[in-house]
Parts: sequence; C-alpha cells; structure tokens
Amino acid sequence: MEEVDVEPTVTNIPGIRHGKHMGFAWGPGDMLVYETHFKPSGLTPSGPGGSFIHKVRKDEDINSPILRKLFNESHHIFVGLQTIKDDLPSKSKRPQFVSISRNYRSVIRACMEELQQVAVSTRDTEMGTQYGNQVSILLAIELIWNLCEVLFIDAAPAGSLLLHLLDWVRLHKADVDEKAKDVLQSDSPAEHHNYWDVVVSYVLQGRLEEARQMLVKQATLQPASRNMYKLMDGLLSKMPFYNPGGSQTLTEFDVKWRNWHEEVDRYLKDNTFASNRHLELICKILVGDEDTLLEQKELLGTWYHFLVTRLLYSHPTVKPTDLHYYAQSCLTMFLDSRSVQEPLDSILLAAFEFDIYLVIKDCSIVLNNWWFVAHLTDLLDHCKLLQSHNLNFGSNMREFLLLEYASGLFTHHSLWQCAVDYFDHCPELGRACLELQIERVPLDTERKALKVLRICEERQMSEQVRSICKIMAMRALRNNRLGSALSWSIRAKDAAFATLISERFLQDYCAKGTFSDLDLIDNLGPAMLLSDRLTFLGKYREFHKLYGEKRFKEAAKLLLSLMTAKIAPRSFWMTLLTDALPLLEQKEVIFSADQTYELMYCLEELTSSIDTAAAGGERPMQEEDVEQTKVELLRLSLARNLAMAIVKEGTVETIFKT
Amino acid sequence: MESAKYVSQKISKTRWRPVSYSSLQQPDIFAIGSWDNEENKVSVWSIGNLGSSGLEDGFEGDPQLICEHEHYGDVLDLQFLDQERIVTVSSTGAVTIFRHDQNSQTLSICKQWARAHRYPCDNAPSTGVACNSPEIVTVGEDGRIIVFRVDQEAVVRVIENADSSTLHAVTYLRTTEVLTVNSIGQLKLWDLRQQSNSPSQILSLSRDRVPLYCVDRHPNQQHIVATGGQDGMLCVWDVRQGNMPFSLMEAHSAEMWEVHFHPTNPDHLFTCSEDGSLLHWETSSPSEMPSFLQGGRNSSMTSRSAMAPAGGIQSIISAWLYGDSSKSRLETTHMLPSQTLSVNSLDMLGQCLVCGTDGEAIFVNRQVPV
Repeated sequence: MEEVDVEPTVTNIPGIRHGKHMGFAWGPGDMLVYETHFKPSGLTPSGPGGSFIHKVRKDEDINSPILRKLFNESHHIFVGLQTIKDDLPSKSKRPQFVSISRNYRSVIRACMEELQQVAVSTRDTEMGTQYGNQVSILLAIELIWNLCEVLFIDAAPAGSLLLHLLDWVRLHKADVDEKAKDVLQSDSPAEHHNYWDVVVSYVLQGRLEEARQMLVKQATLQPASRNMYKLMDGLLSKMPFYNPGGSQTLTEFDVKWRNWHEEVDRYLKDNTFASNRHLELICKILVGDEDTLLEQKELLGTWYHFLVTRLLYSHPTVKPTDLHYYAQSCLTMFLDSRSVQEPLDSILLAAFEFDIYLVIKDCSIVLNNWWFVAHLTDLLDHCKLLQSHNLNFGSNMREFLLLEYASGLFTHHSLWQCAVDYFDHCPELGRACLELQIERVPLDTERKALKVLRICEERQMSEQVRSICKIMAMRALRNNRLGSALSWSIRAKDAAFATLISERFLQDYCAKGTFSDLDLIDNLGPAMLLSDRLTFLGKYREFHKLYGEKRFKEAAKLLLSLMTAKIAPRSFWMTLLTDALPLLEQKEVIFSADQTYELMYCLEELTSSIDTAAAGGERPMQEEDVEQTKVELLRLSLARNLAMAIVKEGTVETIFKT
Repeated sequence: MESAKYVSQKISKTRWRPVSYSSLQQPDIFAIGSWDNEENKVSVWSIGNLGSSGLEDGFEGDPQLICEHEHYGDVLDLQFLDQERIVTVSSTGAVTIFRHDQNSQTLSICKQWARAHRYPCDNAPSTGVACNSPEIVTVGEDGRIIVFRVDQEAVVRVIENADSSTLHAVTYLRTTEVLTVNSIGQLKLWDLRQQSNSPSQILSLSRDRVPLYCVDRHPNQQHIVATGGQDGMLCVWDVRQGNMPFSLMEAHSAEMWEVHFHPTNPDHLFTCSEDGSLLHWETSSPSEMPSFLQGGRNSSMTSRSAMAPAGGIQSIISAWLYGDSSKSRLETTHMLPSQTLSVNSLDMLGQCLVCGTDGEAIFVNRQVPV
C-alpha cells in the first residue's frame, strides 16, 4: 500500500443514522451510499435499513452553470490543440503552444470575471460565499497556469525570463491599478493617503514609467526638493531593461545594469535622499536591499512578488536553473515562523524547481476538479515535457488525467457530448471507456439516440450501434410502433429482431386480415433481404398488391415461389394455400398443371407434417375439424384446377399440332 | 461571424422574432430552446438595436438575455406564432404556447396541451411544429399529425397513424396543405380539407430509405421544397412533378438538422448539421450571371443526379431545380469557424443569422451578404 499524501477529509452524510453501517458503490464521478442491515453479532436484527440512497459527489464544479462555459469553451481549445501535427519542428510549434496556453487562460479569466459579478450581485450570502470560493480557486488556477506557461511552455531563457515573471506578477497583483485610479481621481492626488503606496507598488513591480509620472505630481508640490526629485527621475528613467528582440547581448545588458546599480548605490551611500524618507525608500528598493523589501510585505502581499522584485533589482539575468534557489530563500524569508505554508505556496515552489510532476500531483490533491490538471498536463505533454513518465496504474499520466476528467463530464446530464472528444484522444484506454459509457446514455428521444448513434458509427463501434438500435426498437415495439421498431432493426442490421417484428406483422395480418404500416412495408427495398422472414413479409405484401391489381398470373407465380423457394415459414403455408383458393376458383385457369402439381405437393407435405403433429392428440376437436374442411376444400379445388389446366394445355397443344 | 456566446445550455432551437416586412427592419430579438439539460428552458434574447454606435464590422455587444421560462422536457421545436407568442413542442409530447410580454419583459405559459403526442401508456416526443396563425400543426414520434387552433381548447383534428415511422418535421405548403418528412425517406403531402387519413401524395428518396430530418418550402414558389436528412445531402424537390427529388447535392458529412430558404431572397439557402458546420448556399440563374463570374471559386460539391425538367416548356423554373448542373451556379460558404459539436438550429431573417450548438454556444451574424 502506498502512503497517503494527505489525510483524507471526512464527509458526513446527512440522513445516515449514527452507528449504522454503510454500503457503497463507485461510479465514474459519483458514489452511491446507503445504510445496510449489517449488525454486529449478538444483536438481534431490528427494522429495515434506511430507505434512501445517497449520492456523494466529489466534483461539485461540474454543476455550476458558469463553469459549464469553461468546460465547453476549453473543449474547443483542446480539440484544436490535438490537431497540431506532431511532425512539425518543435521550434515552429512553441509559439502555437504558447498561444493555446493563453487561450486557456483567457477562458479562465472570462469565467472568473463572470463569477465575480455574480458573487457581488447575488443576495443569497451562502451562494455569494460559494461563488467567492470558486473565484479564488480560479484565481489560483490561473496563477499556477501562467507560471507554468512562463517556465515550461514558453521556457524563457535568462534575461527574458525576468520580464515574463514581471508580467506574471503585474497581472496577478492588479489591486495597484485600483488604488492608482482612486488616487488619480481625487482632487489632489499627491496628498492622497495612498499616494506613496501607489508609487512604491509601481516601483516594486518595475513599472517605472508610471512611478515617474506619479512622482512628477509630488515634485511640483515641493519646489524645494526639486533637484532631489529630478535625480530620482533620472535614476528611474535610466534603469536598463533587457530587450530580447534587440541586438544587445545579455552580457552587454549585464554590464550596463551593473553600472546603473553602482550609481544607485553611490547615491544611497552619499545620503542624497536622506532628507526625504520616501525617496530614500525607493532608492533602497532600487538597490535591491532585502531588508527594505521585506519591510514592504504589506504592499508585496506574497512571497513570489517579493521574489520577482528581488530578482529585478538584484539578479535581472537570473537563469531558469537558478530560480529554485532564490524561490526557496524568498519563501523562507517572507514567511515568518508563525505563518504556515499554504498548498499554493508549495505548488508554486515546485514549479520554480521545475518539478512538473509535483506541480500536477499537488494540484490534483488540492483542487476539487480535474479540469485544470487534465488540460495543463495535456498541453505539457504536447510540448514533449512529460515523456517516459509511466504510472504504475492505467496508462501514462496525461491519459490517466484526461480519462478522469472525461469520465466526470460523462456523468453530467448534458456535458457527456464534450467528453467524447477527450476519450478520442486517449489512445490506450479512451475507446474502451467510451464504449462502456456511451451505451449508458439515457435515450429519451429519437433525436438523442441519433446523436449517440452518430458518435458510435463514426468510431465503428458496431456492438454499441446494435445495442442502441435494439433499445430503440424494443421501446417502439413496447409502444406498438411496429414500423419504427422495424426501421431501427434495419438500421442495426439486426436480423433476429427484424424476424421477430416481421412475425408480429404477420400475426397482426392473420388476426385483422389487413396489413398495417403499408408505407413502410411497400418501401422496404433492399433492406428486405436483412432476414428471411422480412423478405417473406415484403414478398407476401407484394402478392397482395398484385392480387389487388388483378395481375393474377404474376400473383400466383409469386405465391407458389414463396413456398417452393422455402421463403415462407411452414406455419404460414396454410394461409398461403388458402390465399390460393380464390385464384383456383377463378373462371380463367391461372395455375398451370405443373404449378398445380407443385401446390398439391406443398399441401401433402404440410398435411403429413400436421398429421404427425396431430398424433400427439392435443388439438381441440373443433379446430381440427376446421383445418380438415380447409384441406378437403383445397384438395377439391386443386383437383378441379388440375383438370381444367390439363384440358386447357392439351387444347392449346392440339391446336398448334393441327 | 461574431464570436460565440456561451449560454450554459445545449441549444436545440433558435428563432428570430418576426418583423413586419413593410418596416424594412432588421430583427433584434430571438428565442432559444434548450435540450438535454436537467432543467430545460425557453429564453428570449436581444442583440440590441442597430444603428447608433459601433457600426463598424456590424460588431456589437453580446446577445443579452431578456427573460426565460422553464420548459418541461427537451424543446424539440420552436416557432414564433406572431410577434409575441412562441409555440414549442416537447419531448414529453406537450405543445405549449408561451407569451412574451414586451412591457414587463416576462415569459409566461398562456396555453398548453399536455401529452398531445402519446403512446397508449407512455409519452411520445413531439418532434416538429408549423404555425399558420391561428392554426398550429404538430407531428411526433407516435406518427400522428395533430391540428390545433390557438383560440380553441380542444384539438381540431388528429390524423392517427399518419406514419408508421417517426415524423421528424412538418411545414405548411399552402394554407390547407402540410408536408411531413419521416425516418424512411418519404415526404407526405396532406390536404387538411380532406377527411381521409391518408396522404394525398407520397414522394420518396428512391429506395435508399435515408431518414429525413428537416424540410422547408420555397417562400415564393410553393411547389419547391428542400429537405435534409441522415446522409447530410441537400435535396430539392418539385412536388408537382414525379415523386423523386429534382436534385441532390452533397452538403454535410453528418445529419442535416435544419434547412431554410432565405424568407425574402430565396436564391439563398442555409443548412446546418451534426458535423458542426453551417453552410450558406447561393444559386443564381444563368441569365443573371455575368460570364466573368463563372470561374470556379469555392464550389466543392458534386451533383449526383441533376435531372433536367421534363418537357422543357416550364415557364419559370427555379434555379434550385437545376442542382449543380452547368446551367446554373451554386456556391457554398462555411459560416462558422471550425468546430466540432453539432449545430442544431439556425434562423435567417433580413441580414441576420442566428444559430445554436450542442457546444452551448450561440452565434449571431448581423451582416450576411444576401
């Protein structure tokens, strides 16, 4: 047994009485739980167990109407990602992967914004908290995803790495902009109580242009310290930033940055800004003084903001491989002994350590849905970052997570259709899973059945096609819709069932003397050949049509062939022979002598078999009498017809001879 | 096409609210019906009024939800009866008339025939409805055709066993004649004045028995009818002549769920399908077509049987009846970005197109070139 990573949480199920034993059954997304009769030995059983079955669900998010948009929209992106060809050189694919990653993130953001709006506008406090929780989960997801995008997918090299990390921090610490807006909209921004907070926050995020613009407002208010402000403005404007697209090499940038850094350091040592504590603070930040930075905890908010600011002003050319060292130390420095490391912290730390597997594993444990890990893992797998990592269960990790996610979707009343594409892109077990699940989709209408059938037919799942058609055919049969039932079994090419339904049609005919559903039977076409009984049904109806059109000769020929070619079931022969009676009784000779012989042969064959059956002696007397009269009548007609036919045929021959 | 609006419900039907033709107005309100949700809904949406700001690219804000009402069972078809009333048919067999009150912007049920379509001991889904106010005709999986009148409680007429298989759609051909399509590839013409319970004419798709799922009538030439079905082919029929389709054109790679002639410019036709595509078909008669335009552009379909009209003394023959023969040009354009889940419904009015998908997205295009 492997050890458990975290202690599982206890879920109390309301309605299960204390001290009762529970039984359960696993489903793909849900679990069914019920009270059992189990009694510890020694006690007499008393009363039945609870009459309720409880459904326990881990993944609640799947039922959120707003998150449904996330599932549907990301499904679209997912399918697009799978169509990127494997044979393209990886260089040309990287920008595509980055843009797909951004698409995923923008979908998360859109959802988050909508949730936020709803959370604010809802009056129900409980719902409000629930929405609020979902927002914070999405925020965390987006934060992690963005970092993974920078570190793994974009894989920015030294120099641009820091720029990307700065963007990352700016995006997720957007409250500065809110504050700045407040300050700028006030009557005198420079005297606003948040003024310096905003300036310092800008500097901490490396938004130096904006910081300068804010400082100008203060400078105009203090003409006395004008020079000091000018000096600071110069420092801020001169700070070099690496330009990945430019001609400058990383070493050249480093030299330039060092010169600037020394200049800042000189000003600090000269106490140039000593008379203005705010400017002095900014100067200390610019020089990368760790203690000063740590004093700004409030404004930084998080250890990873601290990390990025520290890198910006101390190690702007940090290499990806060195990140983990700084990350670890920043985390320790930032969190004092009292505060606990949150799961999010360890996930981000794992990302900084480039431990993709740990990131995915921790996310799987912490998050309450599979959406994030499944999509991220899939994208990382496409970037070829997850090769050769096999689990000791199921197939590889990508497939395992996708299957979990898709199975969850499949349990949803509506989202099952999206899940199909996910199964399609799981080469090892996807098909098997789909086969098992698709058969269990409840089919309320033909429309839905047609959609499910299309899914199966496109994937050559003939077993499932048969089973779905059979379900529909059975339902139609139960509702006495023979035509529909037959159509379904023809679609499934289900000969046995077609035989069964044809039998029902024939029974109905025998009982009522007319055919129902003529529009169908008359238009069977080649489908008639599906089963012998169906062929017979179609042909027999054709006989009636010919007879109705008074095309007696053709009708007679068809009727006879139904028996001689053994298309008609033996049990139906008597009916056929009875049908021959009116033809035999026509004034004109319709059955030739040869045909009459054949008819007689059929009758004899039938009666001999009836006789042997009757030897058992179980038939009621009366019925046997009727049968007997029928046979007598037939024999008589046949004999008369034979006589007439022989005479007629003989006459014709004689005429020809003479 | 404007970007997708995700609505958190699988959409079975989208329909524009009618506008009065005299006013040359573009539609701005549409209704959607959902299916396969635990709780289904009928909802009314607005795309805002055109004209004022943001006219560039015809691109404006998202469609906005105005009001909604729960709907028992899947909405299998939905039609506007008039400016304020909507008729739906349900998988439970019910036929419901909703009223959209435009002052209070609310949606309410004003009449319902529960279990109109049914089996002896079960509900039968109703699959299609056609309106010709005050008359409503519905069809269902039970093979019945039912005629209602808005102003009457009782059902006006039932044609029992109108079909031995499922009837998938119905449309008015004339005020007294309706046309149904079924799952064995037949079109049946019913004269509602006649008391007999059998169709006045049956047309069928040769012997292939390909199920037909949708039908629409040419707005001006009532004998011309377009259908689509399981094989995704577009069939154009002339109900006056023979009982075979006049032309068959390859359109979609899966079930065609809806086909619509443009109501005022019938040289344009629109189809949507389970394969996730929406096609805009444009035909032009040879005489109107300058020769320099007859180069190949993007016509990708082939014609299986483009039969010439018998006799050749027809006065006006719609360009649709030529199929893709050399006499006329037929162009198709894909209207949606590539996507995978089924486009279940579309509606076209003026220059505005609305469609809905199983991917729970609505697309609106306000500037379709017609």
